[in-house]
Amino acid sequence: MEKAKRSKFRFTMANRNAVAGYLFIMPFVVGFLAFLARPIYQSIRMAFSYVHFGGDVVGFAMEWRGLENISRALFIDPDFNRNVVEELIRMALLVPAVLVFSLFVATLLNRKFPGRGFVRAVFFLPVILASGVLVNIETNNSLLNMVSDQIAEQNAMRAGVTSTLEMLLEGVTGAAAWNPLEYLFNIINQIYFIAMASGIQILIFLAGLQTINPSIYEAASIEGATGWENFWKITFPMISPLILVAVVYSVIDFLVRTDSEVMEQITIQIMRTMNYGFGSAMAWMYFLVIAAVLGILGLIISRLVYYYD
Amino acid sequence: MTSIQERSALGIVPKEKKQGKIARYMARNRASENYLIKKDFARICGGFFMVVLLFGLCFLILQPILFQISNSFMSRQDLFDSTVISVPRYPTLVNYRMALNLMEYWGALGTSLGITFLVALLQIMACTLVAYGFARFEFPFKRFWFGCVLLSIIIPPHVIMAPMFLNFLNFDIFGIFTLFRGAPLSLTYTLTGYLILSVTAMGLRNGLYIFMLRQYFRNMPKELEESAWVDGCGKLRTFAQIMLPDAVPMLVSCFLFAFVWQWTDGFYTNMFLRNYGVMAERMRSLADVFSSYYIVEIQRLQGGHGLSPPIALVETMISTGVLLGVAPIIIIYIIAQRGFVESIGQSGMKM
Repeated sequence: MEKAKRSKFRFTMANRNAVAGYLFIMPFVVGFLAFLARPIYQSIRMAFSYVHFGGDVVGFAMEWRGLENISRALFIDPDFNRNVVEELIRMALLVPAVLVFSLFVATLLNRKFPGRGFVRAVFFLPVILASGVLVNIETNNSLLNMVSDQIAEQNAMRAGVTSTLEMLLEGVTGAAAWNPLEYLFNIINQIYFIAMASGIQILIFLAGLQTINPSIYEAASIEGATGWENFWKITFPMISPLILVAVVYSVIDFLVRTDSEVMEQITIQIMRTMNYGFGSAMAWMYFLVIAAVLGILGLIISRLVYYYD
Repeated sequence: MTSIQERSALGIVPKEKKQGKIARYMARNRASENYLIKKDFARICGGFFMVVLLFGLCFLILQPILFQISNSFMSRQDLFDSTVISVPRYPTLVNYRMALNLMEYWGALGTSLGITFLVALLQIMACTLVAYGFARFEFPFKRFWFGCVLLSIIIPPHVIMAPMFLNFLNFDIFGIFTLFRGAPLSLTYTLTGYLILSVTAMGLRNGLYIFMLRQYFRNMPKELEESAWVDGCGKLRTFAQIMLPDAVPMLVSCFLFAFVWQWTDGFYTNMFLRNYGVMAERMRSLADVFSSYYIVEIQRLQGGHGLSPPIALVETMISTGVLLGVAPIIIIYIIAQRGFVESIGQSGMKM
């Protein structure tokens, strides 16, 4: 009796875990297969085709063209390659600044001080204002453009201050290209953009900081750890899994933001000239580049990430 | 009556009591070998630095909004008066009244709150389940599926918009609906379609929430799960009673993201919620609605052809509309950020 039962019971622990895992991710699997797989497949096929819209059929017809679109983007189109490279360089300059800034602000906002709720609300505002329809309202809205011009102008004035500083330092050091400082000044001049771009990251870090058990800090400070040591030995490892999230999000958010040059080019091809084939080809090549960037960054960062297991 | 000196000489009052505050502080400082003064100095300097920095940054972010706020209170004279910069000379609520009317604000507010709340809740529930599955279980093709999650974040929706739209218009997975109903199902322009999308974690940027929560759940100690298992706790119960309570700050921030992005989203709103009159739609169309209203109104008052409104008026209207449309989210954020309490209920395992 007992034996029969056991032979019937074929689930090992590992199998059971696998089944449970699949049950947990079932919503996503179903959703992906039902809603996203087909559009993605069609979009990839479009990249290799010429797309006719309208006609007597609802929807579109595709005409297989092989690698024509891709070679056009890579070898004929004057802007695509240059735009991609420029976007990547800009990303490499700004994303680290965004990450450092947001981690710094998050640690500040995690401390107790009067008016904390208000300050947190203020840092949440960029998340709201840089999302969805509001972006379009603002880009269509010349008043706000005026305001941002004004800010840019003020930044330019501030750039005057930083550039004199820069000149002074150049005079002191005698170096024509003082790169780290130049980078720093560049970042300071773009502080508005950075503050607006780091709303989500601040919240991600803040949520991560909140989940750290305060008694760890207590124990450490009784042992005589300073705030600096606390940060590097406790805070940093504990939120390192979320640093990976923030990096991935920042890279994606920066590269596919609607006013990035490559995305503009793709959108123009798809929306205005209805050249779906060419637009999709560019989009998919761009996504491959993004995926490669994320893969490299992920490999580097996941070595630094501390997990409990 | 004995004087204080005498009492202290008699040893009734301890010596420090008659010293001033500063002297007492110095004594404590000496006792701590100058540690106290160093620490307090560092604290005060740090506090000062923080106040300056936070004030500056807050101002940086708030400045455009303050400009919009002052603009929304300006009357017509102020808008065309070049000496008026930020403080209106004749403050008025006309803009607000007009925007409230043109946006049909209260109705839109109710619908939007309901729909957004429901959608955000469903999305977060689905994402939490999926994230937990990715974080705590080993199963075949895990990497492949996680790659799909990342793919769903990378692809911006408008790139695959046309195929997606057609997919929803003739929704017919594996021919099931044709089999039963004789025709594919149209999911566009219905709330149901979007709710299905939310339940299956396919809504706006849901991949990000999955990623975030997965990173969080991965960091929970394995011993916790094992001891729950030994005590006879099933997998679902481990998830609901042991893992979830600790994740509250994480869930709150994911919920906030979902809520805000849903509130202002144009893409899915356009595809599914066009007929419901949600706030995003109203904010977007306010400028056009105002222009046509203005033209008709001028025509009625003055006769002849109506002129389109001056740009300054349209812009003021847009500012007012955006402020009105965004206000509810800010209020919700201020309420929800109480969810950011430090999770004290954490298990002893963490130490």
